[in-house]
Amino acid sequence: MTRIHKAFENGKAFIAFLTGGDPDLETTEQLIYAIEEAGADLIEIGIPFSDPIAEGVVIQEADERAMKNGTTTDDLFALVKKVRQNTQIPLVFMTYYNPVFSYGRDKFMQNAAEAGIDGLIIPDVPFEESEEVRTYTKQYGLELINMIAPTSIERTKMIAEKSEGFLYCVSSLGVTGVRSEINTNIANLIKDAKEVTDVPCAIGFGISTPQQAKEMASFSDGVIVGSAIVRIIAEHGKDAVPFVKEYVKSMKDAIR
Amino acid sequence: MSKGRYNDFGGQYVPETLMTALEELEAAYAKYSNDPEFKKELSDLLKEYAGRPSLLYYAEKMTKDLGGAKIYLKREDLNHTGSHKINNVLGQVLLAKKMGKKRVIAETGAGQHGVATATAAALMGLECEVFMGKEDTERQKLNVYRMELLGTKVHPVTSGTMTLKDAVNEAMREWAGRMDDTLYVLGSVMGPHPFPMIVRDFQKIIGEEIKSEMNKLEGRLPDAVIACVGGGSNAMGTFYDFIGDESVELIGCEAAGLGVDNPKNAATIANGTLGVFHGMKSLFCQNEYGQIAPVYSISAGLDYPGIGPEHAMLHENGRAKYVPITDEEAVQAFEYLSRVEGIIPAIESAHAIAYARKYAPTLDKDKIIVVTVSGRGDKDVAAIARYRGVNIHD
Repeated sequence: MTRIHKAFENGKAFIAFLTGGDPDLETTEQLIYAIEEAGADLIEIGIPFSDPIAEGVVIQEADERAMKNGTTTDDLFALVKKVRQNTQIPLVFMTYYNPVFSYGRDKFMQNAAEAGIDGLIIPDVPFEESEEVRTYTKQYGLELINMIAPTSIERTKMIAEKSEGFLYCVSSLGVTGVRSEINTNIANLIKDAKEVTDVPCAIGFGISTPQQAKEMASFSDGVIVGSAIVRIIAEHGKDAVPFVKEYVKSMKDAIR
Repeated sequence: MSKGRYNDFGGQYVPETLMTALEELEAAYAKYSNDPEFKKELSDLLKEYAGRPSLLYYAEKMTKDLGGAKIYLKREDLNHTGSHKINNVLGQVLLAKKMGKKRVIAETGAGQHGVATATAAALMGLECEVFMGKEDTERQKLNVYRMELLGTKVHPVTSGTMTLKDAVNEAMREWAGRMDDTLYVLGSVMGPHPFPMIVRDFQKIIGEEIKSEMNKLEGRLPDAVIACVGGGSNAMGTFYDFIGDESVELIGCEAAGLGVDNPKNAATIANGTLGVFHGMKSLFCQNEYGQIAPVYSISAGLDYPGIGPEHAMLHENGRAKYVPITDEEAVQAFEYLSRVEGIIPAIESAHAIAYARKYAPTLDKDKIIVVTVSGRGDKDVAAIARYRGVNIHD
């Protein structure tokens, strides 16, 4: 059993996202420990990118802050290596493809695996293009997380069949960001996916309140929250740790 | 490997949410591009509305002045809306209408593609919204107002470098949020499949017209065709019909800004490396960590860190050659063509003119080159005046 699978053994999973290096690497490290202590089951670390086309304004700005202070992919490998000495929480990188591709896919996967990363989410590599990444993730024992979206409909089963780690189910159209209402057909798509895979399904995009988390968790195996956490980090900067911890605890409690 | 490949370049690197929109577009294009009724409607629009065929003009004074090869200008600047962009836009907006879409969105750099899209949307009764980097809205105020006159809403994009690449990011984000009634009308031979193919098909009329007109005028093929390259749509349109004619040299002119060795440039073939961005595998200006570089050119339309995948292939195969042209060379060519031929070219097109000025004198007088003047330069007059230290109001 992989570390990612273990994330789904503790009731419904709470998956937290934060951008690596926002506001700085030291705070990111402390946030990771605090998020785990608050009950999160898996943490996605975003590698900042100059042009994050699937992100709303909140995460775009986090990427800008992290890049402005000079955070690089190598810094994040080093951060994960350090964090891994203190925790066994499943960790995945959320990154756009170009930072992986330009670094060298082989070298990227090797460094990620050696540092202690468990999987990768690459939003701009859809199913049709994923083989050229999977070849390398497989080689180093990393899991490549597939995504389905409300528009996937007839594509859902094809994508779910080949999924590993967990299936990232995008709740709504558009980009990441806090939404007051989530109107979605994602429940039906998860049903379709479940027919062809045993891999857990977690829902992300737009979730920010305990109420939304509870509702989304009722028809899935977990929820993913990014922008709401990043917004707290943006507001409190280096002092964000206790605020994020309290928030994550309230979210995990809501879906227990 | 996925669809839409040019050697290993191209592909469809977009979020899952957009994949069905691309599939829908691909299916619609496959259907209508072979539909005689669609073809006739488009060809009527190009003729009656856009004013095609555009002239192939013998630039006699320029030829004599340079003292080498005979120079023809392909006058895309004479099209309605003032550039080659209308060719693609009439095709894509007509396609959007056939697909039952109510709304089109577009990115724009210099504003030429935005103006063309706004125009076609007005003509065909579709809503239109254009994303334009905030810096470009300031460089090209006139075009912003033109779009607004045409009934389009212009969104200044304040993320990233606030130029063309950021406008593409924002248009993609917008499309991912609303695709049931909206088509993204992409302006160049770039982005995810099927866009590079569709835009090339709608632009290849430039080269086809050059070939047939040249045959009438000179009874032979030209020896070289020259066009400027940002994403590369007017160049691909110029080149495409000549790819199989090995004797015809294909030359693309990239924006070198302050020089290829100065960080302030946008010369992708000269300085770019293999990467994946804006839906395609191609060459990009980027750093060692794959962060896209903040490129620069005096020309907002060429101020883009990548190049269309088919150009990357032509470069890799050695079929086309790409040369860097600096701001200063382009501005001099802008002034030169105005003075010598009485034609004010777009600053983008002036990059192609600049190379013709260097290249023509090295060729014998019995050689023929064709330079595509992709657009007219009215929009650039204020910026060129500023470049020369003359402050006039836009």
